[in-house]
Amino acid sequence: MPDDVVRFCFDVDGDDFSSAGAASVEVKKRLRQLGISPEVIRRVAIAMYEGEINMVIHADGGKALVEVTPDEVRMTLEDHGPGIADVELAMQEGYSTARENIRSLGFGAGMGLPNMKKYTDTMHIDTEVGRGTTVVMTVKI
Amino acid sequence: MKIREISEKLCADIVCGEDQLDCEVFTACSSDMMSDVLAFVKDQAVLLTGLVNPQVIRTAEMMDMRCIVFVRKKVPTEEMKCLAEEAGIVLMKTQMRMFEACGILYEAGLKGHVEDGVCDA
Ligand SMILES: Nc1ncnc2c1ncn2[C@@H]1O[C@H](COP(=O)(O)OP(=O)(O)O)[C@@H](O)[C@H]1O
Ligand SMILES: [Mg+2]
Repeated sequence: MPDDVVRFCFDVDGDDFSSAGAASVEVKKRLRQLGISPEVIRRVAIAMYEGEINMVIHADGGKALVEVTPDEVRMTLEDHGPGIADVELAMQEGYSTARENIRSLGFGAGMGLPNMKKYTDTMHIDTEVGRGTTVVMTVKI
Repeated sequence: MKIREISEKLCADIVCGEDQLDCEVFTACSSDMMSDVLAFVKDQAVLLTGLVNPQVIRTAEMMDMRCIVFVRKKVPTEEMKCLAEEAGIVLMKTQMRMFEACGILYEAGLKGHVEDGVCDA
């Protein structure tokens, strides 16, 4: 039933590393208001946060959509960045194309995508080099 | 251990969250890589770090942490302080280096992980 779906939309600013994660903080707050369990909220928050960071450091920002149904939380992160040439490689722990300036900010350890997979029940990456990337993740409630 | 005791043992200055110093914590972790904190940490309530940027606060918030200790004389910015206040996270800063600070807290009884059935409420 579409009426059972709660939706939140966010613009993720690609120019401002310091504001990255603001959407995830907001999602956390809203899910808490909806009475979702702390464990589910934490998994959603971490996956979304890593995805948001990726959009900022690799893709110049994008859009995040979070949908809450009675069964699951679904996150859709869409960007029009460079895309990912080899998804299997990108999914490997420790693989990163992030430069030293990003590492000095505490990210770029190549753990983001593996983390997102680890903390969610499903994750799907739709990407095309030169067009952009859309990551869809769900967490069962 | 109370958060207050952490500040005493590390001779740390409280930056914000003074009203939460009586909160009990049992576990801690230390890292300058936020991705590692997000990957390997589970139920640790205290983060020790030498990294200073707003993502440190957001990372701790995502992990439901209660307290961040900045080592090596690092000073959190006003923006970070605001974020922490909003998230209800205690910030403190110490002159000590990471190894020293971790060692002191470990010796005082803070653990690296939660034992079965025990966790910080
Ligand atoms: N949204 C994205 N757009 C383009 N490339 C991406 C995106 N997300 C991830 N990648 C690529 O996949 C690699 C691995 O990502 P991740 O596991 O999050 O590690 P990290 O972000 O630390 O580099 C990145 O270094 C980057 O090359
Ligand atoms: Mg990443």
